[in-house]
Amino acid sequence: MEDKKTAADVEQSVDPKKVEKSPSGFKTIWKEIMKDKLAFISLIFLVLTTLSVFIISFVLDQEQIVMVDPFSLYESPSSEWWLGTDYGGRDVFGQLIIGTRNSLAIGILVTLLSGFVGIVFGVVSGYFGGQVDNVMMRIVDFFMVLPNLMVIIVFVSIVPTYSVWTFSLVMASFLWMGIARLIRSRALQEKELDYAQASRTLGTSHAKIIFTQVLPNVTSLIVVTMTLNLAANIGIESGLSFLGFGFPESTPSLGTLLSYARNPQTLEFRWWIWVPPAVLILLLMLAVRNVGEALKRAADARQRRA
Amino acid sequence: MWKFIVRRLIITMPQIVLLSLFVFIMASFMPGDALTGQIGPDVDQDRLQELREQMGLNNPWYIQYRDWILGVFQGDFGTSFRYNMPASEIIQQRMINTIWLSLVSLIFIYALGIPMGLISGRYNDKLIDQVITSYTYLGFATPIFIFGLIALWVGGFQLGWFPTGGSVAPGLEPGSLEYILSKIHHLLLPGLAIALIGLVGTVQYLRSEIIDTKQKDFIITARAKGAPEQRVYNRHIFRNSVLPIAAFFGYEITSLISGTVFIEQIFSYPGMGNLFLESINIRDYTVVTALVLLFGLAAIIGALLSDIILSIVDPRIRIK
Repeated sequence: MEDKKTAADVEQSVDPKKVEKSPSGFKTIWKEIMKDKLAFISLIFLVLTTLSVFIISFVLDQEQIVMVDPFSLYESPSSEWWLGTDYGGRDVFGQLIIGTRNSLAIGILVTLLSGFVGIVFGVVSGYFGGQVDNVMMRIVDFFMVLPNLMVIIVFVSIVPTYSVWTFSLVMASFLWMGIARLIRSRALQEKELDYAQASRTLGTSHAKIIFTQVLPNVTSLIVVTMTLNLAANIGIESGLSFLGFGFPESTPSLGTLLSYARNPQTLEFRWWIWVPPAVLILLLMLAVRNVGEALKRAADARQRRA
Repeated sequence: MWKFIVRRLIITMPQIVLLSLFVFIMASFMPGDALTGQIGPDVDQDRLQELREQMGLNNPWYIQYRDWILGVFQGDFGTSFRYNMPASEIIQQRMINTIWLSLVSLIFIYALGIPMGLISGRYNDKLIDQVITSYTYLGFATPIFIFGLIALWVGGFQLGWFPTGGSVAPGLEPGSLEYILSKIHHLLLPGLAIALIGLVGTVQYLRSEIIDTKQKDFIITARAKGAPEQRVYNRHIFRNSVLPIAAFFGYEITSLISGTVFIEQIFSYPGMGNLFLESINIRDYTVVTALVLLFGLAAIIGALLSDIILSIVDPRIRIK
């Protein structure tokens, strides 16, 4: 009797107007990023690089940059060629700008594609659980154990029509397992919660629960994982281009520029060709990771610094 | 424990079957077949058909799959399109080199990673730990091919301490002491390059494990009894934290494999990864197929070994 009364009292004393609204997601993220200087600098670096690269590459003429010029092979950096020229007499600085744009674009595309597959796979597997989950997770296990780098290289070299899209599709089809596992384990917990159970009792269809109720609740995990994946995918793409299984030289990526260093002469004597792309790849990957880690902390109240 | 091992073995079987099916399907997408490279352009169509019939290339896929698998079990991976010799022979020469490289990398990973993790965990938040943590932070984000290039540039070209390519200096007699020393000399830099990036996971794991263990009750007990600090670390904490590390090498195989592909390419080291890229470039698909199968098998068996070792080391895993 006594207990009941106090509970009622508490309920009455809570005035809805006086309750402070919990800060919105964006506010939390912003606070977290502002608190972490490294993440803040990384974010500014990313925004500036992305903007400048896309704006400058509008002005630059890609055709002209990737055109071979036999009269200016391996020029050192000068006022005409800020970062010198490569073995085809092509301006390295221009290739660097276009390469960064291509690397970023393909990284984002692959992250979105593999993210889509992984999220759908993971949320379905986790939501249904039981036998369905068992079978789907064995499929994930199988893909995890494949020597993915080599399988991607094989498929890249045998696809009949080679384009940015097929390249991204090949990459995405062997890189979706990590996110699928993460989403699945969260969906397993999520479906046991009252809201999902209640919704099911009311007769909501599985599809609707999965995509309009469970999925929005794992958004933070999705955003964090995709950001971290973006860093990894930029690395994988430049690695493939480095080995010569990414873009052709007419659409350079950062890895394409780096692959010129496979020539020992270039590696030893012409640092201006391979050091800038190497530094850029490193900085991009680090910056994306820093932002991703800050997002991760913002998504988990226990880890927040702000 | 035996129950766990048997169950783990049973899971491995379908994995291997699936892998072989996958590789078989992948191979069927590749242009060319077992006759490519064997016949001249002037062979007439009837003779070609006859040969195809003879070699079983007109059989339904499941018969072809069965023939292929039976061949693989006997070490017959087919004939290389380009060199017109058994693929297994081409691979064999390279395989030994790659096994050496992986072995050297693993030794470096443990020889450097374990002390780094121990120091970092023992003196956590001190200066030395901050240095090591910054290194792992950077190393985690650095792609292996960039690090390999830098290592070759610094160690091979600028300092000139190490050879910049190949697996052995030319003109030495196999088996002689100089030959072996030269081989080791050629292995050191690529091995270090793989290890310095590969050890990051080990260091991070060991560090957090030691920081965890430090606060456990049995450590407080050990200190309360008056055990000297050195003994607490060597006998109590180290033993508890380091055993799982011993089992990780099997899981590392997958990353070691992709590491060797890049590193062998950069150091022009004649191993399997280098052979794989060469074969793709000259469209020698029998060799490619065999290599993908072998690398896949290595990853599956590595994971199996790691799981079994872990189950021996850590009985809690077996309960599942």
